[in-house]
Amino acid sequence: MEDEQSFSDICGGRLALQRRFYSPSCLEFCLSCPRITLRSLTAVTCSVWLAAYGLFTLCENSMILSAAIFITLLGLLGYLHFVKIDHETLLIIDSLGIQMTSSYASGKESTTFIEMGQVNDVVINEAIYMQKVIYYLCILLKDPMEPHGISQVVPLFQSAKPRLDCLIEVYRSCQDILAHQKATSTSP
Amino acid sequence: MGLVFRGAAEAGLGAASAADRPGPPDAVPNPTPTPPAEGADPGSSRGPGMVLKAFFPTCCASADSGLLVGRWVPEQSSAVVLAVVHFPFIPVQVKELLAQVQQASQVGVTVLGTWCHRRQELEESLGHFLEGLGAIFSHKPWFQLCRERGSKSWSCKATHWRGPASPAASGEDQVMLIFYDQRKVLLSQLHPPMALPDRQAGDTTASAGGLAAVFDTVARSEALFQSDRFNEGPVRLSHWQSEGMEASILVELAKWAAGPVCLFLACLLSLISAASSCRVFKLWPLSFIWSKLSTCEQLRHRLEQLTLIFSTRKAKNPAQLMRKANMLVSVLLDVALGLTLLSWLHRKDLIGQLADALIPVADHVAEELQHLLQWLMGAPAGLKMNRALDQVLGRFFLYHIHLWISYIHLMSPFIERILWHVGLSACLGLTVALSILSDIIALLTFHIYCFYVYGARLYCLKIHGLSSLWRLFRGKKWNVLRQRVDSCSYDLDQLFIGTLLFTILVFLLPTTALYYLVFTLLRLLVVAVQGLIHLLVDLINSLPLYSLGLRLCRPYRLAAGVKFRVLEHETGRPLRLLMQVSIACILPCSSKGLREPG
Repeated sequence: MEDEQSFSDICGGRLALQRRFYSPSCLEFCLSCPRITLRSLTAVTCSVWLAAYGLFTLCENSMILSAAIFITLLGLLGYLHFVKIDHETLLIIDSLGIQMTSSYASGKESTTFIEMGQVNDVVINEAIYMQKVIYYLCILLKDPMEPHGISQVVPLFQSAKPRLDCLIEVYRSCQDILAHQKATSTSP
Repeated sequence: MGLVFRGAAEAGLGAASAADRPGPPDAVPNPTPTPPAEGADPGSSRGPGMVLKAFFPTCCASADSGLLVGRWVPEQSSAVVLAVVHFPFIPVQVKELLAQVQQASQVGVTVLGTWCHRRQELEESLGHFLEGLGAIFSHKPWFQLCRERGSKSWSCKATHWRGPASPAASGEDQVMLIFYDQRKVLLSQLHPPMALPDRQAGDTTASAGGLAAVFDTVARSEALFQSDRFNEGPVRLSHWQSEGMEASILVELAKWAAGPVCLFLACLLSLISAASSCRVFKLWPLSFIWSKLSTCEQLRHRLEQLTLIFSTRKAKNPAQLMRKANMLVSVLLDVALGLTLLSWLHRKDLIGQLADALIPVADHVAEELQHLLQWLMGAPAGLKMNRALDQVLGRFFLYHIHLWISYIHLMSPFIERILWHVGLSACLGLTVALSILSDIIALLTFHIYCFYVYGARLYCLKIHGLSSLWRLFRGKKWNVLRQRVDSCSYDLDQLFIGTLLFTILVFLLPTTALYYLVFTLLRLLVVAVQGLIHLLVDLINSLPLYSLGLRLCRPYRLAAGVKFRVLEHETGRPLRLLMQVSIACILPCSSKGLREPG
């Protein structure tokens, strides 16, 4: 069962939240970030080439122009492969764990899986980010030494940075599954 | 003698596949479930709605029908399926095999349920037959996995037999199927290290939570995976090695040969290290020289590494094994590069050319230094120097250069022979050759080092004098006892002489400072060149090539964890997930960090 809604991120860009309901114990949220726009791409390319032409008129060496082309191409490839995140996915499987996947614009995926035994809770925190106060969803991990302590905070959706309304949707569904998991795991 | 079950077909399964053989009607067990002997299972206090997990190997997804064999982990409510036992089988022999495996591997392997790979949906009678098998191999919960041949639809049931009070009401739980690749899970070594041999069967992994229990189960069931389909045993199994055990002749030969070779080399290396640590080398002048030469440092480092590689102790965990392998590969690469360099040098007779070119280069450097000093003695960059001091310092340094040139000319007949022997040392590795190069550069630029020391010493003295006299000028004094500046009343003649000296030193400051600056920059240049060479040496020493190679060729060996993917889902069918091994992005670091440049 799939469900799509549109929200906005902290800077005002458009985000699309896709929710896939596989079963009562398995839920997937896919948040897609705003795409790279033609305007920004053109702006960057033009500025790099203008700078290259400026250097060329000073030095009269045509290697500078070829170097500028290489730099633009390599920089774009590197940006798409290492920096630009296309969509972020959160998969919650009751009694197995929580998995976060970030897919880059070039198709590369980087995945982190946290077992349910390590998850203490999923909460919405406030943070001061530059000049703004933002909300973010995070997973609290259990401390092996202390039964009720927290050892680590893992923030979710760090590139998409959605606003509170989107976070509340995800939070509610996560809490449903976590509550169900806690209820069924209290048996020995 | 136990009952023999031949295939599973009843009358009515006319379109059954050729693998099924019609069984005698009296061999079909009683369809009504017989209550198990042990009564209610204390672990079944779960409520309804509990999701059970079944880990199923991907290699068995296309296997013929049979029994599921594996381990049930009650704390995680998950069943780890290790293999499939095909029809026909004799239940007693299956139980014997499982008892053998349990004893050999300390893993509680049992029959978990049935696996059905059919052309169409299960018929009712077949369903009863499969449930009947549950009476023979009683296990709670009893899994019934079914897949239609050629389609992606799976179905799975997990049933619990209730007590004699309600024989017909058997509770069913939801099942989640998780597919895993047995070969990758085994080879990626995600399981915790081997348990001690005196532990009880199956209770070690109670402490290992979550997926670690699954990996541990798969890793310790090697005994189950030993029999492949070419074995003429009584029971036919299907698992990742059922097409034949994976092994490599080269690896086996290497393992067999490694023992004696390691022993011999370890003895040799211990002899060498004993010889090098004898008392003669620890006397003062020699130990000072050894500590300054980077070649000795590199040789000692290599000796340590080789001792570690060829030590007869086995590596305790995968990280140590990786480190040893990295060291071995780096040593081999080093020696290979060194031999290449040697062959290149000899082919072009570069040593002779180098020896011939060395003297003119040294002369040229000395000439450039002389020009520099002449420039400093004049009016460098328009600054006006103090003529007398300038001349003194300039002449002093020029005389040094003259001495140095004479020394080089004295050594010139022996240069070629020395260089030839140095080139031979490239057999020990490229790093040794580079270290020797760095030492030669240090020796050839020794005069620059001396100039730097003189200039720095003079400048240092001047600055100390200036600061002390400046305090005197202000009427203060440095109190050595209290380590602070105190006021002090000086006599008039002390003040007068102090001020005079202060003035003299201030006006001589630019000259000294300029000499200091010029020679420090020269020294920095030499140090930069040496630093680059040392950087290259450290790169060769510490680059983890074995890990890089593994990352390219066998990425699952560097696994850091697992990731899950949801496969095509239809409503009413169980949820299917694929568990894959995810690769670490960060390579394991090597044992020795960067050294300081000599």
